[in-house]
Amino acid sequence: MENAKGTVFKYKDNVDTDVIIPARYLNTANAKELASHCMEDIDTSFVQKVKSGDIMVAGWNFGCGSSREHAPLAIKTCGISVVIAKSFARIFYRNAINIGLPILECEEAADQIQAGDEVTVDFNTGIITDLTQNKEWQAQPFPPFIQNIIDKGGLMASLKEK
Amino acid sequence: MAMTMTQKILAAHAGLEEVTAGQLIMADLDGVLGNDITTPVAIQEFEKAGFDSVYNKEKINVVLDHFVPNKDIKAAKQSKTCRDFCHKHSIKNFFDVGKMGIEHALLPEQGIVTAGDCIIGADSHTCTYGALGAFSTGVGSTDMAAGMATGKAWFKVPEAIQVVLKGKLSPFVSGKDVILHLIGLIGVDGALYRSLEFCGEGISSLSMDDRLCICNMAIEAGAKNGIFPVDDITIQYMEGRSQRPWKVYEADDDASYVKTIEIDLSSLEPTVSYPHLPENTHLAKEGKNIKIDQVVIGSCTNGRLEDMEAAYQILHGKKVAPDVRVIIIPATMAIYKECLRRGYTESFIDAGCVVSTPTCGPCLGGHMGILAENERCVSTTNRNFVGRMGDISSEVYLASPYTAAASALTGTITDPREV
Repeated sequence: MENAKGTVFKYKDNVDTDVIIPARYLNTANAKELASHCMEDIDTSFVQKVKSGDIMVAGWNFGCGSSREHAPLAIKTCGISVVIAKSFARIFYRNAINIGLPILECEEAADQIQAGDEVTVDFNTGIITDLTQNKEWQAQPFPPFIQNIIDKGGLMASLKEK
Repeated sequence: MAMTMTQKILAAHAGLEEVTAGQLIMADLDGVLGNDITTPVAIQEFEKAGFDSVYNKEKINVVLDHFVPNKDIKAAKQSKTCRDFCHKHSIKNFFDVGKMGIEHALLPEQGIVTAGDCIIGADSHTCTYGALGAFSTGVGSTDMAAGMATGKAWFKVPEAIQVVLKGKLSPFVSGKDVILHLIGLIGVDGALYRSLEFCGEGISSLSMDDRLCICNMAIEAGAKNGIFPVDDITIQYMEGRSQRPWKVYEADDDASYVKTIEIDLSSLEPTVSYPHLPENTHLAKEGKNIKIDQVVIGSCTNGRLEDMEAAYQILHGKKVAPDVRVIIIPATMAIYKECLRRGYTESFIDAGCVVSTPTCGPCLGGHMGILAENERCVSTTNRNFVGRMGDISSEVYLASPYTAAASALTGTITDPREV
């Protein structure tokens, strides 16, 4: 997996799936259309500012609420290369892995990284580097079982191989 | 090695003698569920991966409940995608308008889920069926697609929090107040990745509708599932209803829990979660100054018959406050019909409410009761996030059917014991 490098968008605790992609847009499963409304209820400028490769950083319980896979899909389709949070809500965690949106849990990094920082993530080692602040943190690696799903390109691809 | 109830069900479905918390397992599924929002995405994934048949056409459940009767052309297309897929694969439990109900009220009511089951659903409130002594949990559409194709899902065996209930609920206090109180205690991530295992002598005073409501909102504490032991009340509910034989699992006496929380049911009072998180709990009696514009009574949390009965008890023979719109939504067609038979519907209409056919509609800001800027709603639903029911400046206050109905009469947040 290639390293991520991008500018940080920072959010607080309990970012829920209703603000990631409001239900009023769930009458479509089109990824691009979903992405065009990503985060708009808490950050109206996100969609205009986000560039391919950028990084989202948040606090505890990121992605709480609904099981809508449209949420990680919208984030991924916007170009976000990785979400770093203190913790993830469990369904969002599964969905992100299943659709291939990289996510990392790292409390210290999520605390200290600031909005607008330039950050890189080495997925092989789990090392997060803040180039703006010149700091480095080690994120929790995935268990091998989950790493295998990611390596195969998501859950459906890993099933097909069997 | 001692196991919790959840761990025992997972072990049995993974074909293992025992499992321990943190272990990753592949489990056989007794059911896979999806709705009109999540199923189209699952179908895309299923077909993209090249699967051409489902693992068992009797174990897949598709319920059109979120945006039905279809609110717009796009929603109609999503329903059609589900309908075409279910016909193509001869899915037995496909519920379209006229037969549908809100999925988590419908599946237990129809006896499709039963004690001892292992169920996944592409809807976060799938955790509801823990009330029957089943393991059930919400997943996303890709998990649903994989479940439809293989009949299996991967799980990380959860640790558990034990919730010991004692005493008995006071009049006008219900299951909703229990779960809101619990979420207020532990927070919206207080049970993250864990199971909430309810036990104690207090559960014998809780009806099935109370238990379904309590397990329904386990996810609002971040839990993987909520679960009740099977007792006489559960057996009575399942008899003559369950479409398959059930199996009773019990936690070992020496099972380990990361935490034990005791709740004295008799001490609970009508509780309301203020915006914008379910953990933001207050007592209903403290809300007199909060003026409201709308009341919603319904949803997978509180659209069952006892909820309608509670609303009737408060609203019968009264008029709702002049500036309040009151929307009542029985969760299934059977409940809808029973409301008609018992005279609830007429009474609700006489009080100034509207009564809708089953839909999730307003709960997630879909349709049938969207809020304008700065409007406030007391709702028996399950989430009060920013923009959940409409404009981002609108506010949702979560409460029981008793409290919601009482607030409908006064136009402010009201303790149902005071009307």
